[in-house]
Amino acid sequence: MSIEVHGIRKTFGRFVALDAISLEFPTGELIALLGPSGCGKTTLLRIIAGLEFADVGRVLFDGEDAAQRDVRERQVGFVFQHYALFRHMSVFENVAFGLRVKPRKQRPPESFIKRRVYELLDLVQLGWLAHRYPAQLSGGQRQRIALARALAVEPRVLLLDEPFGSLDAKVRKELRQWLRRLHDELHITSIFVTHDQDEAIEVADRVVLMNKGRVEQTGPTQDVYEHPATAFAYSFLGAVNRFPGRVDGGSLRVGDATVPLAECPGVGGGEEVIAFARPHELDIVVNGDAGEGVPASVRRIFISGAVARVELTGDPPSGEAAEPRRFEVEITRERLGQLNLQPGQAVRLTSSRLRVFPVDRQS
Amino acid sequence: MAVYQTAAPGVARSGAARFEANAATRDPTWVKIAILTISLGFFALFLLMPLIAVFVEAFRRGWATYIAALTEPDAVSAIRLTVLIAAIAVPLNLVFGVAAAWAITKFDFRGKQFLITLIDLPFSVSPVISGLIYVLVFGAQGWFGPFLVEHGIRIIFAVPGIVLATIFVTFPFVARELIPLMQAQGRDEEEAALVMGASGWQMFRKITLPNIKWALLYGVILCNARAMGEFGAVSVVSGHIRGQTNTMPLHVEILYNEYQFAAAFAVASLLAMLALVTLVVKTYVEWRSARASGAEPPASVATGAEPSGQGATP
Amino acid sequence: MAQVRAHRVLPGFGLSMGYTVAYLSLVVLIPLSAVFIRSASLSPDALWAAVTSPRVMASYRLSFGASLLAAAINTVFGFLLAWSLVRYRFPAKRIVDALVDLPFALPTAVAGIALTALYARNGWLGQYLENLGSKLAAALVYLYPGGAWLGPYLEPLSIKVAFTPLGVLVALVFIGLPFVVRTVQPVLDDLDTELEETAASLGARRWQTMRRVVLPTLIPALLTGFALAFARAVGEYGSVIFIAGNLPMVSEITPLIIITKLEQYDYVGATAVAAVMLVVSFVLLFTINGLQSWTDRRVAKVG
Repeated sequence: MSIEVHGIRKTFGRFVALDAISLEFPTGELIALLGPSGCGKTTLLRIIAGLEFADVGRVLFDGEDAAQRDVRERQVGFVFQHYALFRHMSVFENVAFGLRVKPRKQRPPESFIKRRVYELLDLVQLGWLAHRYPAQLSGGQRQRIALARALAVEPRVLLLDEPFGSLDAKVRKELRQWLRRLHDELHITSIFVTHDQDEAIEVADRVVLMNKGRVEQTGPTQDVYEHPATAFAYSFLGAVNRFPGRVDGGSLRVGDATVPLAECPGVGGGEEVIAFARPHELDIVVNGDAGEGVPASVRRIFISGAVARVELTGDPPSGEAAEPRRFEVEITRERLGQLNLQPGQAVRLTSSRLRVFPVDRQS
Repeated sequence: MAVYQTAAPGVARSGAARFEANAATRDPTWVKIAILTISLGFFALFLLMPLIAVFVEAFRRGWATYIAALTEPDAVSAIRLTVLIAAIAVPLNLVFGVAAAWAITKFDFRGKQFLITLIDLPFSVSPVISGLIYVLVFGAQGWFGPFLVEHGIRIIFAVPGIVLATIFVTFPFVARELIPLMQAQGRDEEEAALVMGASGWQMFRKITLPNIKWALLYGVILCNARAMGEFGAVSVVSGHIRGQTNTMPLHVEILYNEYQFAAAFAVASLLAMLALVTLVVKTYVEWRSARASGAEPPASVATGAEPSGQGATP
Repeated sequence: MAQVRAHRVLPGFGLSMGYTVAYLSLVVLIPLSAVFIRSASLSPDALWAAVTSPRVMASYRLSFGASLLAAAINTVFGFLLAWSLVRYRFPAKRIVDALVDLPFALPTAVAGIALTALYARNGWLGQYLENLGSKLAAALVYLYPGGAWLGPYLEPLSIKVAFTPLGVLVALVFIGLPFVVRTVQPVLDDLDTELEETAASLGARRWQTMRRVVLPTLIPALLTGFALAFARAVGEYGSVIFIAGNLPMVSEITPLIIITKLEQYDYVGATAVAAVMLVVSFVLLFTINGLQSWTDRRVAKVG
């Protein structure tokens, strides 16, 4: 089932949680709502589920307005951040709940319920836990039971709120891959909320990047990662180095230094901008011309696998009281060998892939 | 005013051993002995002795007097009236307590804290005033006095007045037990039930009720004990008419003032027994909820044979 | 408002809220307002005279004085009892813990006659207190015959509890104890052992740790317990009247004044005194609410 939301606005008192949100979630895809905490992503998920109501705007399920549909009739599967397993019921009863509360006429016979519950428990590979109680399960197990329970009512859409949020790192990684495989099997339109960009990149087909109640960027996961549309998107999706400066013709002026720009930034000359580069997009020059590249000194070098990571400090941005700027550069071990860097050495940083954003748009 | 939260899970149960085993929190033996002597001496003097006195005095004149005191017609009618009062007041306050706790813990609205304070109000009002207010409203000189007299309805110095005063005094108990618990339990489970298609009633019966049943039970038992034992408020509105508007505590007072001490203590011993039952139920409920909240997955489950079980988050 | 209400997901807000407010208004708010409305019908002078007559003033002194003292006694012993229950292992601890709530569950009239039975002249404890001097003198001679000369000085020592203001105090201590224990106990139980471990590792002696680390943490809870015990004691009636003797100007508590005035059909006088007590109750209620949130903030774990 496809989901569309149009012009959603939601406020809590004076706080604007969501503002003018319009999105489409195509059938059968696995979509991540990604953003820092407080950006409104969980609120949006709850509005889609019918657990919260927008002040303005519409939610369409397969083109049909869902406003008139009570949460009970929306046929969504919802996995809560802390699972919300019924603590007084066994795992079996938890999963069977959705079937048992159907109106008498639609309620399946006990034999069917039993078969269906065990099917679902097998799907999440936890059939052997049917008679345990939630308190006796590990976090990862609770997570999967919550998922099985959500699937029991054959939802048309699956909504997951920070599904891996309260798990430790190792279990989280396993469950991510498992969720991806499960989705490939079931092909239910699924939306999950996360604040972890790695999680979104690894699991989702598409990403909706949100910030402060607004959508920053949407698109196929890889596109969003490789072509961030805004300063926020750039800095949220991975490590960055920041260079505040001014555009001067075809190059960026940072203090007294200049760095050539590969692309035309679309901002007027002389305007204050901020430029970003990922650690692997920077290069270190040992004996560069004065004024070419941003001056910095080597702090620390460490090698992990095939890449070397160099930490550097730059000059403090005009005004002596300010903190010196820190940079991080990733180069190959080979390149490191060529450069023969020593801690304390003065170098210059250049990049051919600086992305420039006007200052007022950065967050 | 939060009267101490009696059903707070795990309080005082998690064992003093962890303090006594720790060099930084262990008191020297002589300090321990001194504090225990003082505190337990105080406990024995002020709590234990009065309790024992009730039963000893009740049986001072032997079983026959004891039984006679309880089966004498005025005593029987006092017991019957007390049960009747509780049977009316407790269910009403039970429904109120659940409704108030539901509204307060499952929804956000303005003035919530103020509402909680209002619910606590009867705790801080003298029982005498709790009786007085109904005299002012329904008494012969009260707001509705002339109307009631005209229509021959008696509220003050009659059973309805006693019921009203009892409801007032025992009003907060159920709500007070439920609010902290339901607050801690949150709304997720109810929302999950709704998402899966449960009706409002199904959600309440299958999810909410099982989660609160022990606290609810204790709230009802406590409410009942206070309803049966209320003295001050009832004393103001009852009129002390023997065989008609005399509840057990009032009957105790009358017997005591007539120097029928053994009989007074015999009736009092029934009420003391009720108090003891209440405390036993309370202890049991606390033990239940401590067990429910403290139940960690056993090691064998958490580190189960299959992969994802290994990182059990506590 | 209507729109907001229509947009709640969990069902039953209108029903439960409506019932709550209606029931609260009918049972509590409207009858309580009667006290103030009735008092307001009195002229200010008459009102002032009614609530400041010598007999009433004497009852305030007794009620508030004995309540303050009882709450103070309970704060000290309640703290020690809570400390014992949380920190020490001792036999029958479960039973002690459960019985701490006895004053809360035991009808006040029962407590009243039981305490009177203990402290009356010929009562279990009363007989010893009455003749405390001679008993002490006898014990002294038995233990140390050379001290016999002290006998005549000890002889007149006699404590009467029942039917004196001291009796009021005893009853108020009884009913107030659980309030202190039950507010301090959970806080003590939640107290991180790391606090004391840190203090010890920094070289503090046990007593210094107690005074500088543990007690300051407990102050809000102790104050809350004190206020709760005080609030309960001020209004207490049942357990007091049996043991107090109820002599006007001497051992007559304020709630009893209200009853006496009612029995003399002095409704207006009774209502005026009740209004004074209610105002005190409300002030206490809001003080306690403030203290409670202070406790919650103080106890909230950092990080």
